Amino acid sequence: MTEPVLSVRDLRVWYGTDRGPVRAVDGVTFDVRPGETLGLVGESGCGKSTLGRGVLGLTPAAAAVDGEVVLRSPGGAGRNLVGLPAKEIQRLRGPELGLIFQEPMTRLNPLMRISQHFEEALRAHEKGLSKQEIRTRALDALRGMGIPESRYRSYPHEFSGGMRQRIMIALALVLRPAFIVADEPTTALDVLVEAQIIKILADLRKNFDTSLVLITHNLGIVAEACDRVAVMYAGHIVEQGDAREVFANPQHPYTRELLRSTISLSTTGLHFIPGSPPDLVEPPQGCRFHPRCPVAMRGCATVEPPEVVLPTGVVSACWQQAIEVEPSLVDELGPDGREPLAAVKEISVADEA
Amino acid sequence: MLTKPDIEPSGEGAAAEVGEPLVEATGLEVHFGLRGGLLGRFSGKAAGAVRAVDGIDLTLRKGEVLGLVGESGSGKTTLGRTLIGLTKATAGSISYRGQDITELGERGLRPLRRRLQMVFQDPHASLNPAMDIRTAVGHPLRIHNLVADDQEYEARVVDALERVGLTPPERYLGKFPGDLSGGQKQRAVLARAIIAEPELLVADEPISMLDMSVRAKILQLMLDLKRDLDLTYVYVTHDLASAKFFCDSIAIMYLGRIVEYGPTAQVFANPQHPYTEALLAAIPEPDPERALPRELPRGEIPDAARPPMGCAFHPRCPVAVAACGWEARDLRTLLENRWLELAPEAAAREKSLFADVESLAAESLSTVAIAPGRGHTPEDVLEYLRHLREEASEAEPREPFWRGVVTMHAENGRAVVEFAPPRDPRLSLIQATGVQVACHLREPVASTTGT
Repeated sequence: MTEPVLSVRDLRVWYGTDRGPVRAVDGVTFDVRPGETLGLVGESGCGKSTLGRGVLGLTPAAAAVDGEVVLRSPGGAGRNLVGLPAKEIQRLRGPELGLIFQEPMTRLNPLMRISQHFEEALRAHEKGLSKQEIRTRALDALRGMGIPESRYRSYPHEFSGGMRQRIMIALALVLRPAFIVADEPTTALDVLVEAQIIKILADLRKNFDTSLVLITHNLGIVAEACDRVAVMYAGHIVEQGDAREVFANPQHPYTRELLRSTISLSTTGLHFIPGSPPDLVEPPQGCRFHPRCPVAMRGCATVEPPEVVLPTGVVSACWQQAIEVEPSLVDELGPDGREPLAAVKEISVADEA
Repeated sequence: MLTKPDIEPSGEGAAAEVGEPLVEATGLEVHFGLRGGLLGRFSGKAAGAVRAVDGIDLTLRKGEVLGLVGESGSGKTTLGRTLIGLTKATAGSISYRGQDITELGERGLRPLRRRLQMVFQDPHASLNPAMDIRTAVGHPLRIHNLVADDQEYEARVVDALERVGLTPPERYLGKFPGDLSGGQKQRAVLARAIIAEPELLVADEPISMLDMSVRAKILQLMLDLKRDLDLTYVYVTHDLASAKFFCDSIAIMYLGRIVEYGPTAQVFANPQHPYTEALLAAIPEPDPERALPRELPRGEIPDAARPPMGCAFHPRCPVAVAACGWEARDLRTLLENRWLELAPEAAAREKSLFADVESLAAESLSTVAIAPGRGHTPEDVLEYLRHLREEASEAEPREPFWRGVVTMHAENGRAVVEFAPPRDPRLSLIQATGVQVACHLREPVASTTGT
């Protein structure tokens, strides 16, 4: 197996508030290999966007970041991006690190022509390009996204939402980064246009050697466009592995419940997860999902589950699987730790998301 | 007219019987006038209109859940608003229990408003942040003078909160929207909508702003409310999956018109319109076993101020035929797409055949005279176009554009391309399934032989 282009180890991003730190990302570990697309799914507030920003060093100044983000692309040279001086990491953005934002409607400057957006991006990150070179590079990137040359000097408002998102992708790709984070790139778009953008992103990994982290709450998109998937809950990755495997045989109870509550064309009955994600200032003890978990055991409420690698290669952080893979771990749960947790406490709408 | 066949309604709460017509729209049109430039206003030339809703007939029966489904810009929200008198119709009529509400002014509509309620898409934006829940939810009672004193007011608000599951109500009465989560806000919005005892609720994307795990809860709540309060719903959405589960009948909209309309089960089991098929194919499927590779329609929904001729879907339709309304704009799209694929030099060479490709962008040109570029003759242009046609006849999937081209010839130093006369597809009923569809390919045989 090739060496990962990006390795994240025990990354933590905490925001300070009056009530104490919000642990938006709390000890997250994953790898992204060259040319691979990793889907990052979870509900709002689970920390997926913060994680995306944290990897790129784009967290607000008030956030504390700790852990390791090792970039092994030629420019990254195996350095840990956490703690790198702002100037250094700025140099990596563009040629090494890219970001595709949510809501393409608001991310382009309405007073700048598309051509000026490209000129600005290329001048900022690749000094010394001639005007002609900039034009050629920009038109190449746009052509790849299906934007004709005749629109090069148009303003953003002259484009539809889908075209704007394609321009955003072209703007990220024109710098040929080794690693891109796409944060909910299709959320504001229509079904058909969304499907077109997903196809573009899926083609991306075939045609370029770009690695992609795709952040989304839409499980269908992950299933279609990603090689691997990481499911986030309350600042943790609870399950990660091959996308097909995870969707076909979800292991972690949260993944199972999330898949069950998704309304798809084959839905015949409504299902939902009771309660709401926890407050990240005071997350529950033990497994963070235990108050909502249908199969929680007594021990789940006190001891945090370890991450175990299952025979399929899927990594899951759940006691149910942990004690199956390594029976010796039972001791950690304490006496009668395997007893079912007395009926998940009646959860009312008061705790609903 | 749509009649309900004997099929199992999809949703659980949909089991209530479907009764007499509640709202009937006939020839409904909502056109928004565009403000032209100064010069245009002086010269009296109209700047045109956006045809948000363009000739719609539908019948909503008591107890029914009707889904209006389409992309943004399809006119589904405008239609939903117009059905309950929130937007003025520019033509056609809407009868609510036999009364034409398009003729009523604000004063006449007032008493009806409490029977016809609306739930908006964004729960964060549809509650006044400075109003506590007690005031916000009870607001309709004050507006319509439905309560005698504060005691009754409080009792009604408490009852509404209990119905939508905001229990215990005392906990919520004094709260402000900012204290509530998205799902709780949407519950409060529903409480406000039902407090004046409405008969019909138009729900505009009620769950699309909510998290996956909350969506099912709110849908379930809406089904419960429907059962308990004997409601009729118009469910406006772009999400076919939830519409399939939730609706009894479904109207697929495209650019202000209904392209397919019928019982939900039939529409999903056997989609008739190519647009419906495309929408269904575009839904990402979370189950990888079920995911299929697919051909997506090209492009995006066109500008409603400059709709395509004939069937509005024809520029994106993979199976369009001659009569679908091909025009010069489609030729321009075809050329631009071709040039995108070519190397820049080759594209520039082909482009030089034309004096001005942009001239093809004018709307509604059924015959177009193309000026050849400098140093080229009309014959060069014709030869090039014929070459494209030849190439397309061998390629798969077949490019439908060329089916619409009737003749190409040189005339007065220009290359003239003539397209088949456009024909508007009409909604026609398929007897066996009760589905109406507006597509030339699905028309009864007798009428297609006419042209």
